[in-house]
Amino acid sequence: MAQLQEATIKEVKVQSPRATMYMGMLKRFLQNKLAVVAGFFIVLLIGSALFAPAVAPYDPGAQDYTKIMNSPSAEHWMGTDEIGRDIFSRVIFGARVSLQAGLISVAIALGVGIPVGLIAGYYRGFLDEIIMRITDALLSFPSLVLALALAAVLGAGLENAMIAIGIVLTPNFIRLVRAEVLAHREREYVEAAKASGLRDWRVILVHIFPNTLAPMMVQATLAIASAIISEASLSYLGLGTQPPTPSWGAMLSAGQGYLADAPWIAIAPGIFIFLTVISINLFGDGVRDMLDPKLK
Amino acid sequence: MVSFILRRLGLMVVILFIVSVIIFSLVNVLPGDPALLKLGQEASPEAVEKLRIEMGLNDPLYVQYFNWISNVIQGDLGRSYIDNTAVTEILKQKIPVTLQLTVISFFVAILIALPAGIISASRKGTLWDYSSTLFALSGVSIPPFFLGILLIFIFSIGLGWFPPSGYTPFWQDPMRSLMLMILPAITVGIRLSAELTRMLRSSLLEVLQSEYIRTGYAKGLREKGVIFKHALRNAMIPVITVSGLQVGSFLGGAVITETIFAVPGLGQLVVNSILTRDFPVVQGAVMFMAFAVVFINFTVDMLYSVLDPRIKLSGGAK
Repeated sequence: MAQLQEATIKEVKVQSPRATMYMGMLKRFLQNKLAVVAGFFIVLLIGSALFAPAVAPYDPGAQDYTKIMNSPSAEHWMGTDEIGRDIFSRVIFGARVSLQAGLISVAIALGVGIPVGLIAGYYRGFLDEIIMRITDALLSFPSLVLALALAAVLGAGLENAMIAIGIVLTPNFIRLVRAEVLAHREREYVEAAKASGLRDWRVILVHIFPNTLAPMMVQATLAIASAIISEASLSYLGLGTQPPTPSWGAMLSAGQGYLADAPWIAIAPGIFIFLTVISINLFGDGVRDMLDPKLK
Repeated sequence: MVSFILRRLGLMVVILFIVSVIIFSLVNVLPGDPALLKLGQEASPEAVEKLRIEMGLNDPLYVQYFNWISNVIQGDLGRSYIDNTAVTEILKQKIPVTLQLTVISFFVAILIALPAGIISASRKGTLWDYSSTLFALSGVSIPPFFLGILLIFIFSIGLGWFPPSGYTPFWQDPMRSLMLMILPAITVGIRLSAELTRMLRSSLLEVLQSEYIRTGYAKGLREKGVIFKHALRNAMIPVITVSGLQVGSFLGGAVITETIFAVPGLGQLVVNSILTRDFPVVQGAVMFMAFAVVFINFTVDMLYSVLDPRIKLSGGAK
């Protein structure tokens, strides 16, 4: 009898709605093979970036004038650049810059976009009008042009590039969060929360905000990809990460001049940007399908 | 209809006003004294101060903004700090170059997206569909500067089919002008083609499930007729909207592409003027780009409601 009771309890535990929901989500994600492979690549890249000094075979700044523009070999997997630096080591250290830029820029955009979007959507009225018109105006600028102008105002460098990209990404999050709040603010559970005397900030944070999380996670993942491209673009144009710090965009820019003699200098970082961005996009698609299969 | 257009026009004026304030604020917080930049580092403090007064730089910011926007409305965007040329004159030279690049890029995008989207939707689940989806994903993920460099490496250095960079006006030598524009146009156009392929595929798949399409098949129409005569027309509506809304990313793409391929258009102008801190040129060029995006969005909004009568005009956009 006791055994039977235990078995029943176990069964109930296994089938609790939350656990079933998470299991279902995980199953849906694992069914998307491309997203799983992409996730694996991202984990590998993050690991390499975190442990770059251990993973990279050479110091990324070490110059060897006896090995200028050597083609890829067993000794230098991706060859060497115009001053004899190991490209593979520079690509690994460059991953730090790109991932950092992607994550911090999106964190800035989320940090500003979420509260502003919540306030605009919840309170509506004149404040909402002003916020939305400023958002519309910011979205009228080609994003790279605005990032360039902001980076020029703030000064060249990785930190300023991340702030510039964060500002450029913010209007998208404001719009998304506001739209989600609008979809939820008239629902019965929000009305009930208000009727029970909860303060506005509690209604917003405890009842509305959690409902905006799923679409925001998807958007944030995809925004990381676009932030990585933007940082690389700014570095390519000389307004992002400054030498001697290795960054993929700056490496590509420097390698462009040697395309005929040493194409690997530009192509190796380019392939890594492409693989990283496509992996994040695939992973983001997987997360979207996992969170809401109807969106597929 | 009239009230809808008036509302959209009003909204556009408000957005343009905010855009102008943003551009003015951006340039006025740029480090560096415009008067000193204009006169050079060797200039005496008295001369710099005199020029600051002449340029109105000592006035309060709102007065400076009012003077600036009044001149802009009259078509005076100021003069370049580098060579004293009128900014409008510089823009007149650069805009046709970027326009040429944009038009050819758009054709490239359509040329790729139409067949890819149609094949993908009509052969759903086949190798064609997967290839086209993979192309669309790659097109969205590849950074323009890497694509540009790859194209130069393969088609200029490797195969020698196209010149690697440069620009010749179309009226001077049409053939050379086109040859020089093809690689930059592919670089800019591939992203739009990828977006359009995805859009056309999903839009066509939706339309192909409609009852009138089934009726078409039931009447004995062939697949080609159903797709081209009936389905494509309706599936193109969201595609046209997406194309119009991509103008911003087109112009952004042009900034990088024109730099890689040494095309002397608006994009290269923006980069160079930012690097040389030529404020009036930055202001003029960025403002032109933002205004172009606002106007085209407005036009697309109007076109959208004309193309699809189901869209109610009174609702307004939120």
